[in-house]
Amino acid sequence: MNVPFISGVLDPRGPVAANEYQLLQNATLTMLAVIVPVIIMTLAFAWWFRAGNKKAKRRPDWDYAGSLEVVTWGVPLLVILFLGGMGWLSAHALDPAKPVPAHASTPNAAPLDIQVVSLDWKWLFIYPGAGVAAVNHLVVPAGHPLRLHLTSATVMNSFFVPQLGSQIYSMAGMATTLYLRADQPGTFPGISAQFSGDGFSDMRFDVEAVAAPAYDAWLARTRANGARLDMASYAALAKPGTSAPRDFHLAEPQLFDHILAASTAPSSSPH
Amino acid sequence: MLGKLDWSAIPTDQPIPLYAAGVVMLMMLGVAVIITRKGWWTMLWRDWITTVDHKKIGVMYVMLALVMLMRGFVDALMMRSQQAIAAGSNPGFLPPEHYNQIFSAHGTIMIFFVAMTFMVGLMNFVVPLQIGARDVAFPILNSVSFWMTAAGVLLLNVSLVIGEFARTGWLAYPPLSELAYSPQVGVDYYLWSLQISGVGTLLSGINLTATILKMRTKGMGYMRMPIFCWTALASNLLIIAAFPILTATFAMLLLDRYLGFHFFTNDFGGNAMMYVNLIWAWGHPEVYILILPAFGVFTEVISTFSGKAIFGYRSMAAATMAICVLSFMVWLHHFFTMGASADVNGFFGVMTMIIAVPTGVKIFNWLFTLYGGTVRFSVPMMWALGFMATFVIGGMTGVLLAIPPVDFITHNSLFLVAHFHNVIIGGVLFGAFAGYNYWFPKAFGFTLDERWGRAVFWCWLIGFYLAFMPLYLLGLMGATRRMQHYAETGWQPLMWVAMSGALFVLAGIACTVIQLVVSIRTRERRRDTTGDPWDGRALEWSTPSPPPEWNFATPVQVVAADHFWRTKREGLPLPGGPDLPAPSNIAMPRPSATGFFTAFFAVGFGFAMVWHIWWMALAAFACIIGVMLKLAWRAEDETIVPASDVAAWYRANRKEAA
Repeated sequence: MNVPFISGVLDPRGPVAANEYQLLQNATLTMLAVIVPVIIMTLAFAWWFRAGNKKAKRRPDWDYAGSLEVVTWGVPLLVILFLGGMGWLSAHALDPAKPVPAHASTPNAAPLDIQVVSLDWKWLFIYPGAGVAAVNHLVVPAGHPLRLHLTSATVMNSFFVPQLGSQIYSMAGMATTLYLRADQPGTFPGISAQFSGDGFSDMRFDVEAVAAPAYDAWLARTRANGARLDMASYAALAKPGTSAPRDFHLAEPQLFDHILAASTAPSSSPH
Repeated sequence: MLGKLDWSAIPTDQPIPLYAAGVVMLMMLGVAVIITRKGWWTMLWRDWITTVDHKKIGVMYVMLALVMLMRGFVDALMMRSQQAIAAGSNPGFLPPEHYNQIFSAHGTIMIFFVAMTFMVGLMNFVVPLQIGARDVAFPILNSVSFWMTAAGVLLLNVSLVIGEFARTGWLAYPPLSELAYSPQVGVDYYLWSLQISGVGTLLSGINLTATILKMRTKGMGYMRMPIFCWTALASNLLIIAAFPILTATFAMLLLDRYLGFHFFTNDFGGNAMMYVNLIWAWGHPEVYILILPAFGVFTEVISTFSGKAIFGYRSMAAATMAICVLSFMVWLHHFFTMGASADVNGFFGVMTMIIAVPTGVKIFNWLFTLYGGTVRFSVPMMWALGFMATFVIGGMTGVLLAIPPVDFITHNSLFLVAHFHNVIIGGVLFGAFAGYNYWFPKAFGFTLDERWGRAVFWCWLIGFYLAFMPLYLLGLMGATRRMQHYAETGWQPLMWVAMSGALFVLAGIACTVIQLVVSIRTRERRRDTTGDPWDGRALEWSTPSPPPEWNFATPVQVVAADHFWRTKREGLPLPGGPDLPAPSNIAMPRPSATGFFTAFFAVGFGFAMVWHIWWMALAAFACIIGVMLKLAWRAEDETIVPASDVAAWYRANRKEAA
């Protein structure tokens, strides 16, 4: 289905994205109920009370009304009470670190751990349990919850797949956690949403959500044919530059921890 | 001898900045030739460069802001063209290293040297007149503030031809802005130009706060101040509280870059998120520093052109001060996506939304001011109405972004870019233009042309909607900010619509220049002989236009809010009105070159620091101290304007009025 403009956030393909898009619509409609009348009243009042209108009843000394004070404070207050409640509850319900359940089609799928590292200017995805890694494309089984752990080997970036929902920063020396899920097979573009230097615009990757057998086949293929990723080849990969999608078999299972620790050396961060 | 500076600093491989610099230098040369031909140098030095008159300083601030608006807009035009072109495999015409400088410079210039400078200029010009004061509390300091701002501007623009500007975005987040990732001088230009102008801003904030607290005329209690003075007070209190944070944050980044400290570096336990927290602890109050005076302008304009007192004055004042306090409690909403806990995100989300309450109160009060009024659609009023209709949309998207999970899908996107342009153009810039058209006759003694003024308004209004409504949609379609190119050719049509909006704004800027030229050429028939061209309400309209150097020959005794309006209606003697004031000697501060020389050496200092020319930095700093010491040892700081001269001035300038 290719409706113009319906893409990105407007075309959610997972529960996080769907809930967030729903929230965006609800809050927008709530506020439109106030601001559309305000815009109309602004233009209507200004036009009706124009200097040349003989029919308008002038009230040049009307500059205070206790009952209207209730309206001026009360209406915004009520709207904000409602939206504030929505904000507080949704901040908890859609906390990026809160686990997401599996899709009904694969009810018993355990969360898949993926480690994400932003480099200058590419994304490294490490699958610690499967012994593989990939650059600039993220192959995942559709319906499974994804548990992403993110850090940066360089400046700050923001991992964002608009169709799957929540973005989160990747920061050197720190690990953030983000749960996502792609409900159906498909290809969803991902970006860095935090400017990170000259190659920033090329920090693109596709999330390829595939059925479980295809995912297993990709793992096996990558383990067998992927280039070796150890500390030496990682060092080469980490050099500034952009990259086409690549697959690796992971020879250094602790790579993510090494990257996380490298940026705080030699004195460790108090956090 | 010259530190890091050598001939390679001139970007001979980049034609655009070189041409731009060439054009600017030719224009400056042309202006210098005209000034020399007309023999204006002495006048310029005596009446403007060394002036300590708050009105002239205010005018110079606004002129500086208008000039920088053009520079910042050229950057905007290049960005919009780049994004309109660079879709699919097309790399566009600006390589990343140049494009990244352009959006960094655009943001820095527009916030610090257009919005900020414009608002400080309006406050400088208007506040003393509205509270019945002869000048600000510290007139020489005021001149120092202005020239320090100008020094920052000059240093930033030098980076166009000598070296380069920051490529880090307008807030220079580390670690990208650290030496490890930005070894060039761009970030240093950014830091030193904002450190220098920041000193000026802080001093100006102290000055205007002291002025409002201590210099109000007899009977001008707080609850009788025009709302513009309330908003100016809130804005300047925020400057005093927030700008030291900015200075300290930049100082830490400078220590990292110059002396190998590790406040924000990736290694040795540095923490970049500390910078992000600190910069927004300044940055969020900053947006209220900008918007509050604009709210004040709209209040004056809507009240005047509706022929009514502002509705709910007390609510207006309370809402202003509520925003002032709340603006310090919301900074974290700029980085909900850093992975803080749900409690932290929820708290800052709710605090942010609460600011919408006092803002909503203001909107309703403006609405009820219109209601029952006699509305005149003069140019300032058109800006005010355009603001009310536009700003609420920006307010709505702001509250959307304050809901943490909505922010997770819109953070840093073009949706965000559209939001803050919606409030800064639709709020601050519309306010600046409303104020410019409203107070111009007070400053220069003749009104601006209405027809061209309307053209400016419509170009900006249409241009704004065309340029930024597509960006809201693009943001939701997944487009993030600061892309030098993008793969999705489906975004391109909307990018072209945005580009057409930029062209409308270009027409608006052209009309601004035409409006000014036409108005100057036809000034004889648009003279403001009454001092009160709009049937105004506050004290500034009780003085002749332009007001004398001393503003008020005799102190005004205020008995009510909207004092001038009431005196007109009730036929009381007008303060500073056609009845000659009893002549008395008036002590006025002497002109001072302190500000100019301080700024001159500050530019030298900043430039030397950027290029690591240590001896020059030391010398320039010593000179700044010397200039200050010379001021401290001055023998006389006031001149006496004799009563006879005062009387003569009013006789000469009243002829038309009487």
